[in-house]
Amino acid sequence: MATAVHGPGVITELEPFAPGHRACSGCGEALAVRLAAKAIGNNAIIVNATGCMEVVASPFPYTSWRIPWIHTLFENAAAVASGAEAGLKALEKKGKRPERNIKVVALAGDGGTSDIGLQALSGALERGHDFVYICLDNEAYMNTGIQRSSATPYGASTTTSPAGKESLGQVTWKKNLPAIAVAHDIPYVATACPSYHRDLMRKVTKAVETPGPAYIHILSVCPTGWRCATDDAIKVGRLAVRTGIFPLYEVTNGQYKMSLSLTKLEPVENYLKTQGRFRHLTEDTIKEIQERVTREYNKLVELAGKPGGETSSE
Amino acid sequence: MAKREGLEVSVAVGDAAMLSDVDVVSAYPITPQTHIVEHLAELVANGELKAAYIPVESEHSAMSACIGASAVGARTFTATAAQGLELMHEVLYVASAMRFPMVMTVANRALSAPISIWGDHSDAMAVRDTGWIQIFVENGQEAVDNVICGFRIGEDKRVLLPVMIHLDGFALTHVIEPIELPDKKDVDQFLPPFKYPLPLDPEKPVTMGALGSPFIYTEVKWGQEINLEKAKSVTLEVWQEFDKLFGRKYSPIEQYRTEGAKTLLLTMGSYSETAMVAVDKMRGDGKEVGLLKLRLWRPFPYEELREVVKDADTLIVLDRAISFGGPGGPVCSEIKAALYEEKKRPRIIGFVGGLGGRDISMAGFEEIVNRGIEIARTGSEREFEIYGVRE
Repeated sequence: MATAVHGPGVITELEPFAPGHRACSGCGEALAVRLAAKAIGNNAIIVNATGCMEVVASPFPYTSWRIPWIHTLFENAAAVASGAEAGLKALEKKGKRPERNIKVVALAGDGGTSDIGLQALSGALERGHDFVYICLDNEAYMNTGIQRSSATPYGASTTTSPAGKESLGQVTWKKNLPAIAVAHDIPYVATACPSYHRDLMRKVTKAVETPGPAYIHILSVCPTGWRCATDDAIKVGRLAVRTGIFPLYEVTNGQYKMSLSLTKLEPVENYLKTQGRFRHLTEDTIKEIQERVTREYNKLVELAGKPGGETSSE
Repeated sequence: MAKREGLEVSVAVGDAAMLSDVDVVSAYPITPQTHIVEHLAELVANGELKAAYIPVESEHSAMSACIGASAVGARTFTATAAQGLELMHEVLYVASAMRFPMVMTVANRALSAPISIWGDHSDAMAVRDTGWIQIFVENGQEAVDNVICGFRIGEDKRVLLPVMIHLDGFALTHVIEPIELPDKKDVDQFLPPFKYPLPLDPEKPVTMGALGSPFIYTEVKWGQEINLEKAKSVTLEVWQEFDKLFGRKYSPIEQYRTEGAKTLLLTMGSYSETAMVAVDKMRGDGKEVGLLKLRLWRPFPYEELREVVKDADTLIVLDRAISFGGPGGPVCSEIKAALYEEKKRPRIIGFVGGLGGRDISMAGFEEIVNRGIEIARTGSEREFEIYGVRE
């Protein structure tokens, strides 16, 4: 059952995503998947886009998945999930499969979601399929070697947005995928980060239990691509949240709610300085980022009507 | 008893999918495929067809959703044409390599640019290496029958491959023909329920679409090739059984008035019907001309081809697609390759024609045959000639 998460401080021993995968050391994304899988439970089908999590979890003849899992291409996870969901429903309706309320969950990276897979995602959300789409956002094409995506943050140096004499790195602001999901008027949208593991699992559980489409955007620290210490993934994720760079919130039937009560945001510099990809940033750029982050965070708080919901449960 | 009635071919194709009890239809509209999917959407809306109709946002997603549906064990149908088929291109390889049986009707249409909504075989030929079974039909009845046969062939445990049924856009999709729709009970008898061997199921978890390293990729591809080759004998079996139950025969290459023919013309799809009339005329004029209609394009029927051309002096092949910069039309170059090792083989003359909806009349086929015979005697400066072009 999807409600296998219970009790304060107690986390289910269920591990649909098995250990032994081949993710880089310190990978925040593998942790996000592990936690999400615990919340998803066993009665589910995973549809994985091409990307880090597909590659590290399925080098034939090995698999990290103890629940049914399918990977086909890069840009079509939402479409394959649409077909699986519609197929299950049709077969159950026709009595060809027993009714078991199996949840279809799509997993894709930020490139597979915000760039090449955006159309398929939009289509699936608009059609109202009963599924969960989880974007594992590590802010660049990490699997192919740290190339920029539209989810790469302003100022980050990647292999295709390198910082140089004429460029500060990524010159565009991170595409706001959760807002795009919200614009589809779906019942549930949330942001999460494995640094706040219980919050993440609660949101995934809620997404699974929500009839209709649900979208969860998970910031996943990538020590390899972000050039931070491999034992810092949790800390860096926490800083992303506390600086307001990646606010945690959820939107239920259009109603925004902040997940943490942050009375004061930490300066963005505290976050930026943990990572080599921002090493080149000047004070002016950092100031520019700070202004933007504060403005965007305040907009969210305004949408939510009050600064925080539940107390932080790190 | 099934009765014969006047039906638009597209409507009949939709009915054939319904008779096959499809569970999921996933499609994106494109001319000239639209009437097929419109009809299916209507059947679902009226409750006549118990299925999920997924109105996807592109053909890439149409094929992807078909894969998802097939992976959970649903019988799946889609239809497309031209640009739609090309947008699906990479997904087609996945459907066959991951062994998902499904049926897709392709309303053959020319590829852009310039944009043309009219028929030729450029789309079909561009996907010939995607690992699908490809069957060309020449009229509405054949389309209906082969949609039903397509499920039976593709779902056979020895095959487990997707099947494309090619019917010419407009020339077939938009015409009304006398068609006999089989009775549901007969179709049920012919086509057992779909049981995918290992569907995605939490009761029995499987990993599908794993990463294939160099140590296994070759073996996977070889297995796929062997299976597609084997699909030919299963196709023959299914067609034979269909004939027994419904009284209509199908074969990989059909012969029309080929007895004693020194010259053979080979065509595919709806133009074969006009070509037959042209052959009748030429036979009437005392010419020893016969017609071959290539129905099974993938897997390619090598043995059958070698057998039916062995007594001919000249084989004239009409392609409705160009392989740019290549040795001629794709069908002709394939046939040349298939016959190269034969000790006795006809002269093979390639023509390209009927592009982007350009009709070839009865007189046109006669012209092609006469010019082919002339080239066989005197030779041509070109690898192939294009029929009816204004230079």
